[in-house]
Amino acid sequence: MRPREALDRAARDDGPGVLATLTRHLGGDLALAEDALQDAYAVALATWPRDGVPDVPAAWLTVTARRRAIDRLRRTRALDERIRTLEAIARRDGSAATPPHHAAMDDDSSLTDDRLRLLFACCHPSLSLPARVALTVKSLGGLSTAQTARAFLVPESTMAARLMRARRKIATAGIPFRVPPDELLDERMRGVLAVVYLVFTEGHTASDGVELTRPDLCAEAIRLGRLLVQLMPDDAEAHGLLALMLLTDARRDARTGPDGEMIDLAHQDRALWDPEAIAEGSRALERSLRLDEPGPYALQAGIALCHDRARSFGATDWGWIASLYGELQRVAPTPVVAVNRAVAVSFADGPEAGLALLDALAGERALRGYVPLLAARADLLRRAGRVEAADAAYAQAISCSANVAQRADLSRRRRRSRRGLG
Amino acid sequence: MLLIYGDPSEAPPESQSQEHMQRWFDYTNELQAAGAMKAGDALQMPDTATTVRARNGETLLTDGPFAETKEILGGFYLIDVEDLDTALGWAAKMPNIEYGSVEVRPVMTFD
Repeated sequence: MRPREALDRAARDDGPGVLATLTRHLGGDLALAEDALQDAYAVALATWPRDGVPDVPAAWLTVTARRRAIDRLRRTRALDERIRTLEAIARRDGSAATPPHHAAMDDDSSLTDDRLRLLFACCHPSLSLPARVALTVKSLGGLSTAQTARAFLVPESTMAARLMRARRKIATAGIPFRVPPDELLDERMRGVLAVVYLVFTEGHTASDGVELTRPDLCAEAIRLGRLLVQLMPDDAEAHGLLALMLLTDARRDARTGPDGEMIDLAHQDRALWDPEAIAEGSRALERSLRLDEPGPYALQAGIALCHDRARSFGATDWGWIASLYGELQRVAPTPVVAVNRAVAVSFADGPEAGLALLDALAGERALRGYVPLLAARADLLRRAGRVEAADAAYAQAISCSANVAQRADLSRRRRRSRRGLG
Repeated sequence: MLLIYGDPSEAPPESQSQEHMQRWFDYTNELQAAGAMKAGDALQMPDTATTVRARNGETLLTDGPFAETKEILGGFYLIDVEDLDTALGWAAKMPNIEYGSVEVRPVMTFD
């Protein structure tokens, strides 16, 4: 492999682990660790073409970055505990100008712990949610700042500033670089899962963009999901989340038409669904269910699996889906769940039964102008044969939507509904 | 630094009670017993405040606090703890936490 490719691959595959280990050696200073790692990449770029690619690039990068961190600390004259720790480790590394080719990585278990610590630091609730999401993708996904910025559709300078602020807060506010103690672990783990799921949903449906999916971000979230189940193998909801993402992402190629338009479940070409993703997702769901009672992610994964296994829209087991939504509404009530449950009930028991549930929701203030509710109501009215009411409901849904692809889809459904009128 | 904020009009009547005062004393004792307490005090109401500035060589005094807000700074604790999670844990146990709020900020250190 050529040095440039080898470095790209090392940055991608090993970068997060190296960053995590460095951050631990630096007492949780993620900002310094990130700077030192960037320095190490620069050194690699200069020396690998001359000296060849090291046997274990990750080890080489760790040793080099550690030295650069010492240089940086010396420059700031902060001769504190950190520099003594580092120098002790550096003595073990030896004294050659560049690290030997055969330098080995720390053992697997300490690397696992380091990445877990890094994950909990990046998802700490004292950081803003956008900062948590960006920092997690950047630090654990091994993406460059430019790639992270593209993924979240913000200018690179904005993303660089957001990441910088977050890293600085980790260091100055004293956000601990550790796996939380038992009394905090469960709550913090929910927070980590929520951040990873947010990365996925951000990729799955851009709320204000033109394109409907950003697969890079979905793939990144799934990578993080796999990492999570590897790091926390006994957490049922971690497996549930991975299952949900895989079982949803399996339908990605069928979700948009040739012009980028959204295709709903009823009209998707099911031959385009990814059988491997469905198989991996259903294995993850089984593991989740073996560990614990189904939580919100496992329940949603169960619903996704029900769709994935149906040979056609008509063959879907709507009664089962409706009961899973009912359970989901009990453990994690949200407007989306309530609307989806009504739709599932309408397919199981007829549109009027679904409309009765939706009308009960429409009275809630928080749901005023909520597009999924308005769109679902329009669809059910059309299916109930109340075409004029349906037309007015589509118009209302369109006027409330801010997403270009979503508006186009609603307009298409409205035209289809009108043709039913004529 | 734990900065204790609250809107006096939001505070429940029992926050003035002897029993409630005892909760503050207990909290302070708990901080001391944990070896975390460095300093702490309650402040008089903001209408006792005077704000001081110097502009163009002249010292200017203004009646009242620096910023007029409904949430006022009512007191503080200066604590010395391991990390942010520990500080957040202490903040969450503050006796006024159900009607007021606590801002947690690290103290700057100069090398």
